[in-house]
Amino acid sequence: MTDAPKIVTRRLLKDRSWTLDTYLADGGYEGLRKALTMTPQGIHDSVNTANILGRGGAGFEAGRKWGMLRQASPVYLTINGDESEPATFKDHALIEGDPHQLIEGAVICAYVIGAAQVFIYVRGEFPLAIERLQAALNEAYAYGAVGNRILGSDFSVDVVVHPGAGAYICGEETALLESLEGKRGYPRIKPPFFPAVMGLYGAPTIVNNVETVANLPWVILHGGDQYAGLGDGRSKGTKLLALAGHVKRPGNYELEWAKVTFRDLIFDPRLGGGIRDDNNLKVIIPGGASSPWIGPEHLDVSLSNEAIAGIGSMAGSGSVIPMDHTTCMVRAAWRIVRFFHRESCGQCTPCREGGGWLEKVLERIEAGRGREADLDLLMDICDNISPGVAWPPAQTTICVLGPSMPPSVAAGLRMFRDEYLAHIRDGRCPFPPDRLPRRLARV
Amino acid sequence: MPRLNPDNLQRAHELIALYPEPRSALIPILHVLQEQDGYLTEDGMAHVGALLGLAPVEVRGTATFYDMFHFEPVGRYLVAVCTNIACMLQGAYRLLEHAEERLGVAPGGTTEDGMFTLEDAECLALCGNAPCLTVNWRFFGDVDPSRFDALLDDLRQGRLDDEVPPHGTLSRVRRSVGLTATVDTSARSDAARDGDRTQRAVSAAPSGSGGPAGPAAAGPAAAGPAAAPPAVDLSTHRTTAATSVMDAAHMEGA
Repeated sequence: MTDAPKIVTRRLLKDRSWTLDTYLADGGYEGLRKALTMTPQGIHDSVNTANILGRGGAGFEAGRKWGMLRQASPVYLTINGDESEPATFKDHALIEGDPHQLIEGAVICAYVIGAAQVFIYVRGEFPLAIERLQAALNEAYAYGAVGNRILGSDFSVDVVVHPGAGAYICGEETALLESLEGKRGYPRIKPPFFPAVMGLYGAPTIVNNVETVANLPWVILHGGDQYAGLGDGRSKGTKLLALAGHVKRPGNYELEWAKVTFRDLIFDPRLGGGIRDDNNLKVIIPGGASSPWIGPEHLDVSLSNEAIAGIGSMAGSGSVIPMDHTTCMVRAAWRIVRFFHRESCGQCTPCREGGGWLEKVLERIEAGRGREADLDLLMDICDNISPGVAWPPAQTTICVLGPSMPPSVAAGLRMFRDEYLAHIRDGRCPFPPDRLPRRLARV
Repeated sequence: MPRLNPDNLQRAHELIALYPEPRSALIPILHVLQEQDGYLTEDGMAHVGALLGLAPVEVRGTATFYDMFHFEPVGRYLVAVCTNIACMLQGAYRLLEHAEERLGVAPGGTTEDGMFTLEDAECLALCGNAPCLTVNWRFFGDVDPSRFDALLDDLRQGRLDDEVPPHGTLSRVRRSVGLTATVDTSARSDAARDGDRTQRAVSAAPSGSGGPAGPAAAGPAAAGPAAAPPAVDLSTHRTTAATSVMDAAHMEGA
């Protein structure tokens, strides 16, 4: 536990935290004011020093991403607020609770890359977030922080709040751009790998996550060095961790990166407060539903990008889901696979078909109708979606949605093979029922 | 069935003016259409297509990709119960079964009185308050069967009309500034697509040459009537996410 400052969440508990008045009272838009006195290159250098890793899940250095921008005009900036990774709820809180911080960060980023226009793509299921963000934007224009000649400088940029309409895949940056162009949210074939080369309307485009740009005002005000003084290794600054599942105190916790362990996060009375009913911890999903599960033997692993990668998983979106000993591992894997199958865009066969097969096989094992050969069958399907079933995953598909399915199945089979076999041997699930619904909406 | 009504037609023109390419306004305008009729009607989609220069099949083909759009009438209240992993671990399937029994419909079904449509939803990003659900996309967290019953009662009695606008209204705050401040929409008709194109050319002008925000945009010294405060006091939404998830108990000493 550390006494690191709250960089992105400190205003969230304030009264009417989403208003300009609250924001200005806490030094709001001072980062932008200072940024406009600096050169874009100076800010870029500072962000490189800070080594801000993209907070959307892939963990790519924001400064490096900006540096890949193809020199052309116009250039666009798109903020990815399509947060839909299961059990990730940090950007939702940041947009609803502190929309001005997002706007300020976005305008700073637009200044650095010379963007002609900024689009903030917000998940359609967040209407309150969209309302508050649009209201904040109206206020920001009136204040002069967005629009023409921002804060008296020569820099002008327009910001547009764009709603999604319900599609997990639109969080994938090329699918997001397709969606923003008014099309079906199909991820684009790579190469080009980076929208920085060819993005929105074919123009060079930077796509940054909400939490990533929310860090920028602080970095400008305090300097990249001070930001880099927090955390360790590649994992600098703080990270907003979304803790859900079987803990006593689920919630969003902003913690210094690489200075806190899974044990701290889950058991510290000021954080997760322990497992519900003081049950035993069985397994942790460490970085969103796509990440390979880890067992309690890894509780003392530090919450950093490298440390979690070092045990064969990933920090991902910052979602941590501990499950207790009453949880059925077949059911948990089934639910995650079902999600990815439902959200598959259908372009690539391994994902579209393989997801359905995995879901059906898991469903029959859970229902007591499994066969012993099903365990090999599951691994075979996983291997067809992501050859080798390794981590990081090999890809047979346009995007990583398909390869997000095998980890929960493979980790479950590796760690809890006896539990799978018990389902098959006894012809029923050994755990108390959540009762799989009798009538599920068909995909 | 109706096309976009005059007010929504104006909103559509305002939305088109925001983007360098008109088609980018498709999804936002479809939200406006759905807000008007409760679902996407064929005539409505054809109208939207005509505004954007798209064939009806292009509009429909895009809209069907997205879960929030409906192509048949839905109930006045769309109740979406999250059953994804975080909510499942907190009893979401029991809650969904309870909802099925209480409403007498399976997920996807609408009650006979047309009041409620039930859906089995994917993660809604309120996992700190699992299990959660949305009604017309407005959030309710920590829902157990008795709270669910109380919620239905409140909805039936109209006690939540302020917090749960009809048909998932996407935004009750309209853009009052920026590009649209330069748009004179009063003289527009939906047939005036050439005019739209001219307008877009203005809108898409790069910064520095008149600026994308246009001369009438509110700068520090130009906070005119276009920059009126938001029309809706958003503080009334006590049911929802950020504040409940980020309550003091969850943040102190963290």
